Amino acid sequence: MKIKLLEIAHGRSGDKGDAANIGIIANDDKGFEIIKKQLTTEKVKTHFEGICFGEVERFELPNLRALNFLLHNTLGGGGTVSLKHDAQGKTLAAALLRMELDV
Amino acid sequence: MKEKIKIASGQGFWGDLIDAPYNQVTKGDVDYLVMDYLAEVTMSILQKQKNKNPKLGYAKDIPELMKRILPICKEKNIKVITNGGGVNPIACAEAVVDVAKNLGINNLKIAVVLGDDIKDRIDDIIFKGCELNNMETNESIIPVKDKLLSANVYFGAFPIVEGLQKGADIVITGRTTDTGLTLAPMIYEFGWKENDYDLLSAGTIAGHILECGAQSSGGNFLGDWQSIPNMAEVGFPIAEAFPNGEFIITKHPNTGGRVSFATVAEQLVYEIGDPKMYITPDCVADFTTIKLEDLGNDRVKVFDIKGKPATEFYKVSCSYESGYSAFATLTYSWPQALTKAKAAEQILRKRLENLNLKFDEIKSEFVGYNSCHGPLSTEIKEEDINEIMLRVGVRSNDYASVERFGKEIAPLILTGPPSVTGFAGGRPKPSEVVAYWPALMPKTLVKPEVKLIGIEK
Repeated sequence: MKIKLLEIAHGRSGDKGDAANIGIIANDDKGFEIIKKQLTTEKVKTHFEGICFGEVERFELPNLRALNFLLHNTLGGGGTVSLKHDAQGKTLAAALLRMELDV
Repeated sequence: MKEKIKIASGQGFWGDLIDAPYNQVTKGDVDYLVMDYLAEVTMSILQKQKNKNPKLGYAKDIPELMKRILPICKEKNIKVITNGGGVNPIACAEAVVDVAKNLGINNLKIAVVLGDDIKDRIDDIIFKGCELNNMETNESIIPVKDKLLSANVYFGAFPIVEGLQKGADIVITGRTTDTGLTLAPMIYEFGWKENDYDLLSAGTIAGHILECGAQSSGGNFLGDWQSIPNMAEVGFPIAEAFPNGEFIITKHPNTGGRVSFATVAEQLVYEIGDPKMYITPDCVADFTTIKLEDLGNDRVKVFDIKGKPATEFYKVSCSYESGYSAFATLTYSWPQALTKAKAAEQILRKRLENLNLKFDEIKSEFVGYNSCHGPLSTEIKEEDINEIMLRVGVRSNDYASVERFGKEIAPLILTGPPSVTGFAGGRPKPSEVVAYWPALMPKTLVKPEVKLIGIEK
């Protein structure tokens, strides 16, 4: 069965220079197992094709049932230089929640 | 030693809810009010203000705010800690002293933290062997050195602690880490030492939770956001801190918002990199050790935090001039709103091209369609689109090109696709682009200085 990440997790995103940070928090332990397995750096990079032009790094925070992603070369030069409407990547956590998962 | 202190977050950034700090000191008991005013770009804005008037260069909201809260803080013995001193913390403190005098307060000590401003020392610092290379790209600072608008070291909690030890009612700093503002009162009240890494990390993480104001108490919450009660009267977060490094995040009773596992967790993952390496001047905190326990009733216990020693470097934040940019918007209505907006964008690009203008980048986005999620945006049937706002931004080192771009927008109303509106406020003006240059510097090259200013009976 396919579900959207939105159904099992929430999160928040922001900027770190030209990189965006996206923290994703699973709603429960079962959800954390799913995102740990399925939110690979490759899958996140593919999801953000045309938005993220650099490397994707992934970090785990199991106590918070959370994963943190750093998407390099993503914000059009960073907060003050960027011409993007969302220059600080504030809406990118929501963009990741669009991802479809197999459960 | 106190068994517990309550530290209240009063501002998440300069421009946050004006009444938040007032509510924090009036709607319940707190011991400290901490306020973060400084984003990276803020320092360059303040530096420009100071260049024009040597009495400026700090968050001008502070004296206004002090007029309202100083009598309350004096009466309740609430200490105020803020980095809103910007590039001129002395002038900020003097302005607060003036406010206090006008209020008839005859006993006030303000500690001012100085030394973070290294703009006039760049050559000396490079001469001493610190190259200030960009810590993200490793580029040399030399090409931008003469374009620097501001250059500041991020100090940590300890200079603030020194101010508190000297009896300050208020501590005003320049570039201090957001987290240091919250950590400092814990160090001061609980006698934590510079090598109590776990405790310093705990206080740092409390600071991270408080530093963005209501973002940890229900604001900008992407979970079940519609269930958050009474956001209109949102309560800003408060940390109840204990000597053993445990703390409880809460908010005043009878305020809106929510403090829960989910709202605190969202703030914890905000703007972090490697969670095991949250580097501050005070310690390296390990976010993977954080444990949260939702106690209910808007109380979340945070505990078991571990950390490592601080590094030997301060982070340096420089800003420099990097050309000009301008933005324009036009709104197109049904029918074929998106097609019209796209056609207008093509016409504009062709005209800019024909004019031989020089741009580093021209960026077009269609607000209402793809300006947030770009290629991830779902296709919408043209029939269902009521309106689209075309948003175009340009950036260039050539002022004239950016200025001319501004003159090409309004003509699109009479010389482009139909049913267009939303052009008001005149031609878009070029604004200076301020770019950001992060670097590292050995701690030995700079020393914070704490100065007392005040009124004594």
